Amino acid sequence: MRENLHRFFRAARGAGVRVSPAESIDAMRAVSKIGFDDRQILRDTMLVTLAKTQDEKRALGDCFDLFFSQPEPPPPSAPDNDNSDESGEDSQSGGQANGGGGGNESSGGAHASENQPGSAAAGGQPSESLGPLAQMLLRQDRNEIQAAIASAASAASLPDIRYFTQRGIFSGRILEQMGISRLRDDLDNLTATNPSLGERLQAATDALRDAVRETVAQALLLYGREEAENLRNEILRNAPLSRIEPRQVDEMRALIRKIARRLRERYSKPRKRQRRGHLDVRRTLRRNAAWGSIPFLTAWKRKHRDRPKIVALCDVSGSVARVSDFFLLLIHSLHEVVDDVRSFAFSGHLIEVSDILEKKTPEAAMAEIMSKVGFGSSDYGSSLADFEDEWMGAITPQTTVIVLGDARSNNLDPRADILRRIAERSKRVVWLNPEGRMAWGFGDSEMPRYATFCSVVRQCATAKQLERAVSDIVATYQ
Amino acid sequence: MPEHRPAASIEAVESGLAAQGYIASRQIATAVYLAQQIEKPILVEGPAGVGKTELAKAIAHWRGQKLIRLQCYEGLDEAKALYEWKYAKQLLYTQILKDKLGEVLGGAATLHAALEQLHDFGDVFFSKEFVEPRPLLQALEQPAGCVLLIDEIDKSDAEFESLLLEILSDFQVTIPELGTVSAVSPPTVILTSNSERDLGDALKRRCLHLHIGFPEQRLEERIVESRVPGISQTLRRQMVAFIHEIRTLDLKKLPSVSETIDWARVLVLLQAAELDTEIIKDTLNVLLKYETDIEAALPQVSTFVAKAARQNVFG
Repeated sequence: MRENLHRFFRAARGAGVRVSPAESIDAMRAVSKIGFDDRQILRDTMLVTLAKTQDEKRALGDCFDLFFSQPEPPPPSAPDNDNSDESGEDSQSGGQANGGGGGNESSGGAHASENQPGSAAAGGQPSESLGPLAQMLLRQDRNEIQAAIASAASAASLPDIRYFTQRGIFSGRILEQMGISRLRDDLDNLTATNPSLGERLQAATDALRDAVRETVAQALLLYGREEAENLRNEILRNAPLSRIEPRQVDEMRALIRKIARRLRERYSKPRKRQRRGHLDVRRTLRRNAAWGSIPFLTAWKRKHRDRPKIVALCDVSGSVARVSDFFLLLIHSLHEVVDDVRSFAFSGHLIEVSDILEKKTPEAAMAEIMSKVGFGSSDYGSSLADFEDEWMGAITPQTTVIVLGDARSNNLDPRADILRRIAERSKRVVWLNPEGRMAWGFGDSEMPRYATFCSVVRQCATAKQLERAVSDIVATYQ
Repeated sequence: MPEHRPAASIEAVESGLAAQGYIASRQIATAVYLAQQIEKPILVEGPAGVGKTELAKAIAHWRGQKLIRLQCYEGLDEAKALYEWKYAKQLLYTQILKDKLGEVLGGAATLHAALEQLHDFGDVFFSKEFVEPRPLLQALEQPAGCVLLIDEIDKSDAEFESLLLEILSDFQVTIPELGTVSAVSPPTVILTSNSERDLGDALKRRCLHLHIGFPEQRLEERIVESRVPGISQTLRRQMVAFIHEIRTLDLKKLPSVSETIDWARVLVLLQAAELDTEIIKDTLNVLLKYETDIEAALPQVSTFVAKAARQNVFG
């Protein structure tokens, strides 16, 4: 059972629950007090000791149900072994490779003995010449076969499975453990000598393959989930936002939300950092005038740190429609990290969207913004003019201005002079462009003209780049 | 008062808490049982008013132990949570003992000798007598054990969590001047949190984690039954069903168990025999704490009442 618990911990880690050694020790101790008798209590125990958030509890609950939906090896019943017959014992030797599965095999034997009369009649005559696996298959005792698969699986270290590409290897290993090569020989012999029995064995073999494949698939689901997810996320992080497929959009949203959460965790906590600067000579002298200016008390200058102020301008026109979704999602998360954020969206003209982003869920906010200004043809010139007319006052020398857009202005006047004035008023201007550097300046792209007034211009085409860019912006205020 | 003995089973915990008027779900009972068996603190999370604090009180009553409560808030530090030196007393004593000191030191010929003699007294003024124990230290000093309730830990600063780590994992605290104080008998520690901020992993790792959500209908009926005995069965069923309907709405603050109990009391006071739209409209402010929530719920009231009544017939 200990083995089983360890396997369950690994499965739990696979499901995304962080199980530390200390927690697994707790769970072990708890289980030793609780026992295994009541599945429901065992489940509660695991939830209480291992999972430390609501999400983890849900994941662990699912994982528990999946894990224990597998045929559970019944507790070893040693005395029953005596009356199980020779062939029953033989059949298990194929999977006898490790000690951990000991319980399974003996119980398999016990089951075999119960079903003995029927199965002996079925495969009684030719069994002497056949290998153990063939005999077992012909007896068609499902419990016995399941147990044999389970023990062969643990001998083939099935819990190590990580990627779906490994399915073939592990199926092969398990079948090898069970003695498939001997079975093949038997099958060849039988088709020559006893075709009807051979056919039956063939069918049973196919069923066995299916069962093994099923076992491997389930193990992959249990143990491989985290790796697979990491791999997929890694690919997704580096995929260009503008070219992801529709079916990936939801996953991408989840990923961006994860990134946003990470940013929030990292930057939302005010960190106490040493703020003491150089010695303030003048104040020190003044303070110690009473002692004839012998500096008993020292006064220090303080490093000045700006409170973060961000103004975000987000292009939501047709040319960047696919990316702007994610931009807006990230701005939404910015609203949670930084107190003072004002955000604006534009295509042909510009509106303020701070309220919408602050009050609504990301999905609702995005839908509303898109319906208000989205999908138009972009006009950077007039949008910038809108901004200058109404909200120029929002920019102070502490403000970072972020512009998210491709700078494609449909050959209209780009009004780079307004961006210059914005740059002069603000701390800095960061331009994040979903297009690659190669495309800047070609066609109707006005990027080079704008770039002269920006402190930083970055390509921002993938989730990873997006995270880097925003993290850098927030970090300058820390 | 029963002496403190570990409960034998989960059922014993359940019935023990029920005797105190706390109807625990199976999960809660399991967590309490485990906390006792493997001596671990419980971290209880969940929405406000589902009985997190009540749980600690019920455990203390049931075991006949003292409940020591530490209410967390922003700016709580070790002087208020752990221990403090009694400065005034130290000062007063030095003044009183001034003459005595002179006497003791009188025999010393040189300054050096006087200093030597002073050293012999050790740290008289930094001994146990001058320590003012605060809740955490008090909890460790209880000879019969106690229930230590650290309430709303999410309201405290992140630094305070680190202060708790030692007491949570080893049931001891270290006072620099005195050394390490270990628990006479390990207290049952219960931490509650409203998830206002995420707690650190180090803290979570040391605790059993219990999430109390809104109870199921049956359980809530039992809770009302034990807390408000005067209420009739029909009314109880109807009102709990009604509250479960209310919780499906998108409200700022969903009514939790404490509101259910308050409302049940109000209904009993008003001598309502049955739930009807009028009485609900009059008393909805007991259930919902925001004007916007009440406005959102009002148009739904009659449908919910109908639903609740139907459930009563068939359930």
